Amino acid sequence: MKEPPIATFAGVSWLTAASEHAKHVDDVILGLVGTSVAVILFLGILTSVILVRYRSGSRAKRPPLSLATWKIETAWTLGTLAIFLYFFWRGAVLYLDAARPPPGAEVIDVTGRQWMWDTRYPDGTREFNALHLRLNTPVRLVLSSEDVIHSFFVPALRLKQDLIPGKLTTMWFDPDRTGTFSLYCAQYCGSAHASMIGKVTVLAPHEFDAWQRSAGARTGALALAPEARGRELFAKFGCARCHGGLNAAGPSLAGLYGTRVRLSDGTFALADDEYLHEAILHGRKVAGFAPVMPTYSGIIRDSDAADICTYIEAMKTAATP
Amino acid sequence: MIASEQGDGPSYLQESTVRSWLGTLDHKRIGILYLFTITFFFAIGASAAAMMRIQLAYPAAGLVTSDAYNRLFTLHGVIMVWFFLIPSIPAVLGNFVLPLAIGARDVAFPRLNLASWYLFVGGGALALYSILVGGVDTGWTFYTPYSSTYSNGHVMAMAGGIFVAGFGSIATGINFIVTVHKLRAPGLTWFRLPLFVWSIYATSIILVLATPVLAITLTLMALERVAGVGIFDPRIGGDPLLFQHLFWFYSHPAVYIMILPGMGVISELVACFSKKAVFGYHAMAFSILSIAGLGFLVWGHHMFVTSQSVYAGVAFSFLSFLVAVPSAIKVFNWVATMHRGAIEFTTPFLYALGFIALFTIGGLTGIFLATLAVDVHLHDTFFVIAHFHYIMVGGGVMAYMGGIHYWWPKISGRMYPEAWGRVAAVTIFVGFNLTFFPQYILGYLGMPRRYWIYPEQFHTLNLVSSAGALVLAIGYILPLIYLPWSFFKGARAGTNPWGATGLEWLAASPPAEHNFRETPVVTRPAYDYPPL
Repeated sequence: MKEPPIATFAGVSWLTAASEHAKHVDDVILGLVGTSVAVILFLGILTSVILVRYRSGSRAKRPPLSLATWKIETAWTLGTLAIFLYFFWRGAVLYLDAARPPPGAEVIDVTGRQWMWDTRYPDGTREFNALHLRLNTPVRLVLSSEDVIHSFFVPALRLKQDLIPGKLTTMWFDPDRTGTFSLYCAQYCGSAHASMIGKVTVLAPHEFDAWQRSAGARTGALALAPEARGRELFAKFGCARCHGGLNAAGPSLAGLYGTRVRLSDGTFALADDEYLHEAILHGRKVAGFAPVMPTYSGIIRDSDAADICTYIEAMKTAATP
Repeated sequence: MIASEQGDGPSYLQESTVRSWLGTLDHKRIGILYLFTITFFFAIGASAAAMMRIQLAYPAAGLVTSDAYNRLFTLHGVIMVWFFLIPSIPAVLGNFVLPLAIGARDVAFPRLNLASWYLFVGGGALALYSILVGGVDTGWTFYTPYSSTYSNGHVMAMAGGIFVAGFGSIATGINFIVTVHKLRAPGLTWFRLPLFVWSIYATSIILVLATPVLAITLTLMALERVAGVGIFDPRIGGDPLLFQHLFWFYSHPAVYIMILPGMGVISELVACFSKKAVFGYHAMAFSILSIAGLGFLVWGHHMFVTSQSVYAGVAFSFLSFLVAVPSAIKVFNWVATMHRGAIEFTTPFLYALGFIALFTIGGLTGIFLATLAVDVHLHDTFFVIAHFHYIMVGGGVMAYMGGIHYWWPKISGRMYPEAWGRVAAVTIFVGFNLTFFPQYILGYLGMPRRYWIYPEQFHTLNLVSSAGALVLAIGYILPLIYLPWSFFKGARAGTNPWGATGLEWLAASPPAEHNFRETPVVTRPAYDYPPL
């Protein structure tokens, strides 16, 4: 396995950028650093000159100011605002991009618990405190927590997303550099918070395939793929009794994922992971249906709900579950 | 300029029985009571910080266990935020100086003022109790469901202490608001008020509006922890993010409780030691008010990675940039105040310069964190720690130290040793930068907060930071030695040793119990220094 090239300066290892997004974030940071240095140099030099020139007892002339104060105040207020708006814009655009996964991104489930990362791949492979990725292949992580809040943080990707118990959160990225990168839990989660760390390994396609075969052989027999697990859970909890039959008490779920659902209060909701998760645990009032769905909060675990969501997502074309 | 005589009669310090101190209704004595109490709490919080920096000097130093470390940073945060920073300038300098600065004999409600101090001490006692019986490991932020369900620490006592002390804050806030409205000397119109008074007034409004939200939040957390009422824990039907919204709705404005009074103090110092009116007085007053107002609208910038709506994130980011504008304006105005002044490099002025430099760096790095995609990377890393220490310590504590030195002649009637004062100010500035600047880089490199051990690649910068903490500690110990010494042995200060404007400099040093024998009458604007 290749270690990422790290520049070392004065004993400090510099940070790699392992995706296009990370490079864009670095560009904005560089802009901010440049602006900050310019502002600090400007103010520092200006203040130093003033301090020396107008020290008490100096002979410098001190005539009253001839320019109106409000003009100066307006000028530097608007100037500051303009610079700020530029950085606001840069940051917001990148942030919104990072919230929009490309269609077809591979889905990997990551569950956080005190104090480990539990990773499950579409083919059923499962590993702990590790995430293997194929170079130049966008992936979407569906994150859930089984206890307290954790945060999935990969500095090399310049990305971080909290794992909120009772909720599914997602993040996506497209690694463009092979190597092994640090994964940290960034949200304080108790005694072993500092040990809740792992490795993200980005492999060239052929290396990834080889890894997948070996890892799959290792755990494939033990674990089901999330989609298959979701199908089993779907049957186990009797979801199909209401969702899918002809006299259905609930809406059909085939092809539901990614569409807009009309709710009984007249508003619309996007049927994404977060919506489905909420619906599974607490029910949602969908237009045209009586609110008869029982609560599964405390019955279905978050990681199970995540698998059911994966299964529902896969039901895009299937007529009946 | 002012038609009154200096108040005479016995000094407020004359009576020396314990009873006369613990039962005092004199705003100046209550200020001194706060000075002693928060110095005590500062020593505790600083000791915790020192132990953390020793632990972090090496990747796996082994001074403390992970559980002990988690209790140390919680202790440090809780004590420094609620029992040192929030009361620092408002309760010590606000109590001592505010009535004097507006020509009043006391605050509007002297008994309530004493009650505030007792609430503060009662809350502090509860917090100390929770530390002594085993501590709390939730972090000062008390995030649920960790704090409400999972933590084994003495969360209830600690939260109870903050809850009780909060009522002291609210009472102080109400007291100051009424004092500024009702007890200003004749002729002291709103736009003749010194900016220090403006800043204490704005801070008081935040204290009164925001602190109840903290009380509600902690009560809900306690209900969940004790009675299992499902509010924040999803297992029993709650929403953990609701806690964060409520907590930051208080705690972001609380950041301005900690920095606005500092801005007021710095305005006094820069004007006095440049012997010139503050540049753009009205812009300064309005920027204090707009920071106080906008401060209530930016809490969501603590939650960019929590899965709150991305569009809410965009709105909170935008508002955070807006609140940074008046802060930048203030820096420009301070520099412009020095322009064409007659600058004296006294200790308080050195603290003011330190404040301006550190607050500028802290403010600029705040812009990094307001920038959405950049915050996603830097959130919950050492970058954030460095940023808020530049604001709260580089800003808040430097201003507090500057203010204490500036008003020391008024408080004690004596001058502190100027040379030692300068040495300490420079030591603190150097030590502070050495401690916290490396943490910006650590944060960018990805070192998360609240790690008691860390990977090898973060070692060099952590070692520099720990060395800086040693320098910083020396800087803080010096005033603890020379200020008490000067209280007894310092040269006598006249009524107005700095040649400052401001009504407090008309009272004797130290002032008589009733401050002014005759109420001063004001006919001129603030900072009415003669032309140079």
